[in-house]
Amino acid sequence: MKKNETIVDNSNLVPIQGLGVAIEVKNLYKNYYPIKSGEFAGLGRPAIGDKSNPVPLQGLGVSFEVNRGEIFGIIGPDGAGKTTLFRILTTLILANSGTASVDGFDVVNDYKEIRKRVGYMPGKFSLYQDLTVEENLNFFATVFNTTIEENYELIKDIYQQIEPFKKRRAGKLSGGMKQKLALSCALIHKPSVLFLDEPTTGVDPVSRKEFWGMLKSLREQGITILVSTPYMDEASLCDRIALIQNGQFLKIETPENIVAQYENKLWAVESDNMHKLLIDLRNNEMTKNCFAFGDKHHVSISNEQMTIENLKEYLMKENHTNIQILEIEPTVEDCFMQLSQK
Amino acid sequence: MNNTIQHNPNKVIIAENLTKRFGRFTAVDNISFEVEKGEIFGFLGANGAGKTTAMRMLCGLSIPTGGKGLVAGYDIGSQTELVKKSIGYMSQKFSLYDDLKVWENIELFGGIYGLKDKEIKTKTDDLMKVLNFEEERDKLVGSLPLGFKQKLAFSVSIFHNPKLVFLDEPTGGVDPITRRQFWELIYDATSRGITVFVTTHYMDEAEYCNRVSIMVDGKIEALDSPKNLKSQFNAKSMDEVFQQLARKSTRKAD
Repeated sequence: MKKNETIVDNSNLVPIQGLGVAIEVKNLYKNYYPIKSGEFAGLGRPAIGDKSNPVPLQGLGVSFEVNRGEIFGIIGPDGAGKTTLFRILTTLILANSGTASVDGFDVVNDYKEIRKRVGYMPGKFSLYQDLTVEENLNFFATVFNTTIEENYELIKDIYQQIEPFKKRRAGKLSGGMKQKLALSCALIHKPSVLFLDEPTTGVDPVSRKEFWGMLKSLREQGITILVSTPYMDEASLCDRIALIQNGQFLKIETPENIVAQYENKLWAVESDNMHKLLIDLRNNEMTKNCFAFGDKHHVSISNEQMTIENLKEYLMKENHTNIQILEIEPTVEDCFMQLSQK
Repeated sequence: MNNTIQHNPNKVIIAENLTKRFGRFTAVDNISFEVEKGEIFGFLGANGAGKTTAMRMLCGLSIPTGGKGLVAGYDIGSQTELVKKSIGYMSQKFSLYDDLKVWENIELFGGIYGLKDKEIKTKTDDLMKVLNFEEERDKLVGSLPLGFKQKLAFSVSIFHNPKLVFLDEPTGGVDPITRRQFWELIYDATSRGITVFVTTHYMDEAEYCNRVSIMVDGKIEALDSPKNLKSQFNAKSMDEVFQQLARKSTRKAD
């Protein structure tokens, strides 16, 4: 691998000017060509062909940019390609095609520079289980040629919560504490870009809220954060989000704009018999689609002329009682479902 | 000495002062509750609150250190094998064998639960139709998208028609549309009389349960229908109810 002291020399990549962009991804494509099945696994649009005979890859990859100091969310279900993207950007695997840079450095040619500058918290807990909390943190600090003291300010708020247990082995920590230790270790060398792969999966709603609070304060200290999550309700806490499914981006926008671009009227409906209500709403010809949403059903209405009164009449004919219908603003989850059905 | 609980056919779970201690640590602290036949019972709590320990006791996998419980009419302290035969279990972490085909997984689990070959065959045909899975029948489970796997795993967990099925975070990481289709399968199962005991971190799913319990530091702090819980805690959503209760936790381990 060629050593590179200056920024990107990859001719395909437009050199980064100024300080605006922290991550730049162009036509990035990765296919694992799973032997077991024909199912696509990877990032980008599924290609026809196999490993020995891949079809041309142009136009199949994904592209996006993350601005400096931004919290950028990759939102999508398991198997959508989130981890693949993270592993390419943290220089752990190579893409089949396309280019990417982090902090101005190319992920292939300048991988050593990138590794010095980024913090990475993988989805699977990967600290040393048989080292103590303190030993783990010390280890990561030493690997990056620094000390806990030097960057203590940055991790203070997070680390203080687990400091009373610093003599405990990492393997003996509970889920929430492991998560805080992993974040502390990812931050100990003061990275400019932080990669968090599903940091809140399997975490309860209270701890999830706390975790997002920590991310906000890290952003205030100028760290760029790329974070992935399967929880749609966390999308609104990001500056911008990319909705991803089957290796492809459905949309890249601010959460506000994603909601504003929802295409239909959306009503929240409830009655005394919610199970029958779902079926009746789906059978209504004005309904584009209808999904259960907590204690209400969300119905998107394909016909602009349709009024709430019309729907109420229809439901009364179907013998529903205590019908309530409200026009509502869609959530990111509503938008994801609409976009993924296209 | 009255050491047994009176069996009641309308109650699929009866827990009385159920307790589990590990050394000086009380993971599950004196919990009592009942689950009605045909109910969807949501079992919520923060990480480390004691849900998994409680669930393991109810499945006959861990013997209580105090209190007692009946599951499907069997004592969870002394009749663990009978308990296991009467229940189904599915979790996000383990469900099916990736390197067996769809039909092979069904045959394996059907066999484990003692169904006859002929029965397994007809039930497999029915299941493939209901799930719209006929094309996937000969595929390896490892090759299926997660949502497919979870729907199949749930169907396999109730393949032997158990009285009760335990679902441990069945929808974690699943896309929003499949997550909803999964809940429709749950409703279908309850309409056939199967009782569902489910844990989840999605608070919108808590709303789909008939009743919900919330565990904090090993104790059940609240138990009621989502509607009553919301009015009791003066909250607009189950998420708010959960936030109010779970913030009381003093268990610093999490």
